Amino acid sequence: MKRGLDAPICLTWELTYACNLQCVHCLSSSGQRDERELSTAEAKRVLDELRDLQVFYINIGGGEPMVRRDFFELLEYSVGNGIGVKFSTNGAFIDAEKARRLAAMDYLDIQISLDGVDAVTNDAVRGVGSYDMARRAMDNLAAANFGPFKISVVVTRHNVSQLDQFKALADSYGAQLRITRLRPSGRGADTWNELHPTNGQQREIYDWLMKHGENVLTGDSFFHLNAFGESLPGLNMCGAGRVVCLIDPIGDVYACPFVIHDEFKAGNVRDEGGFSRVWKQSDLFLSLREPQSAGACASCGSYDACQGGCMAAKFFTGIPLDGPDPECVGGDGEHALSIVTPGSAPKPAMDHSKPVTLSRKPVSARR
Amino acid sequence: MACAASTEHSPAEPVVTVALDSALELHPQVAVRPEPFGALAYHYGNRRLIFLKHPDVVRVVQQLAEHSDVAATLGACGIAPDRHDSFVTALASLQKSEIVRERIIAG
Repeated sequence: MKRGLDAPICLTWELTYACNLQCVHCLSSSGQRDERELSTAEAKRVLDELRDLQVFYINIGGGEPMVRRDFFELLEYSVGNGIGVKFSTNGAFIDAEKARRLAAMDYLDIQISLDGVDAVTNDAVRGVGSYDMARRAMDNLAAANFGPFKISVVVTRHNVSQLDQFKALADSYGAQLRITRLRPSGRGADTWNELHPTNGQQREIYDWLMKHGENVLTGDSFFHLNAFGESLPGLNMCGAGRVVCLIDPIGDVYACPFVIHDEFKAGNVRDEGGFSRVWKQSDLFLSLREPQSAGACASCGSYDACQGGCMAAKFFTGIPLDGPDPECVGGDGEHALSIVTPGSAPKPAMDHSKPVTLSRKPVSARR
Repeated sequence: MACAASTEHSPAEPVVTVALDSALELHPQVAVRPEPFGALAYHYGNRRLIFLKHPDVVRVVQQLAEHSDVAATLGACGIAPDRHDSFVTALASLQKSEIVRERIIAG
């Protein structure tokens, strides 16, 4: 699988950089719409291509994808072409009527983002009012009998202790819990130092996943923790450019959703040959499918278990790609971070954050 | 809603018994996509993604419905008899994931 697949199995498509929220760890630095955003017709052409490539399902995100006025049109077009959709949302636009509309569709999964089991913990990261917004969406989906939606949590220093409560919350809705790793991507680069779990907490996450892993989704994002011992369930490798990729709102194709940077840009769906050509022939993706050097980790006995960790986490903290993961559980990340020249870490390619205003208004569900 | 939007195991999972005389077929909600290592099988209902890691397994799975039973399929695909047991085990595992199912014989 490290040699790549004929088409991705986990393709993330961020439909827009526009967002009603301004989460401090946003992986895509979203906020304002980009005027180069793919049109409805262009988006449908991409879906035609994905159908021909037999991509089974796509993960739609943003930004807040429901901000797009053609959101339901694209959703229906995708599902109608045999491409299942899982979309991530902050829930702002899932009112009772939309919940019923979503519940009536097949091959659709919904992930509501929530980063704390209470408003204080969640809103510190996702913005004032965002906890209530997410819970309202969950209530509406439950009332519409949507079935088991997913609650998606980015694990931070401030919510590791809430994992049991997140699970209980998901169970109370008949929902499925999904927890993923915080990466220093997008605005996350500015907040990673304060938010990423401590070394002690990493062990807690690993132990918790060993206990609950079969029933909790992780996007296979915690494979760096496998160095603790027995491997967690899932694909134990970095899938970037091999089984995974990102199409961003303006059609740029990146190796994964966490590396929006020129160095990991493989092409654009508007280029001749479209997405297929980028996936099958781009120099970047072909090089990622070559055997990778273990570099500084070659002599470490845990390399087979952790595979050197996450490429994005290294890149945006300034660690060489063949160096250790900044959260290496063997402690090598701390040393690697300590020798990074301050300010030398690469910056994300694009920033769609809204301009900072002096008086921060509570978030609202207006488009 | 009509779909089971989950990868969780169905509580009413059938007890799986696959033998050489079982009549099986690819589940109608499953799509098989060829890959260099074999194929990917995706079940649109239960959202399971399964790696079929050998071209022989792919051929067998795709031909199950065309032959009277598992043994006949294995024979037609040229699978040597000493490998039949391991194929039965593999098919049992695929039936558990609902990638293949017992064939419904139309009356």
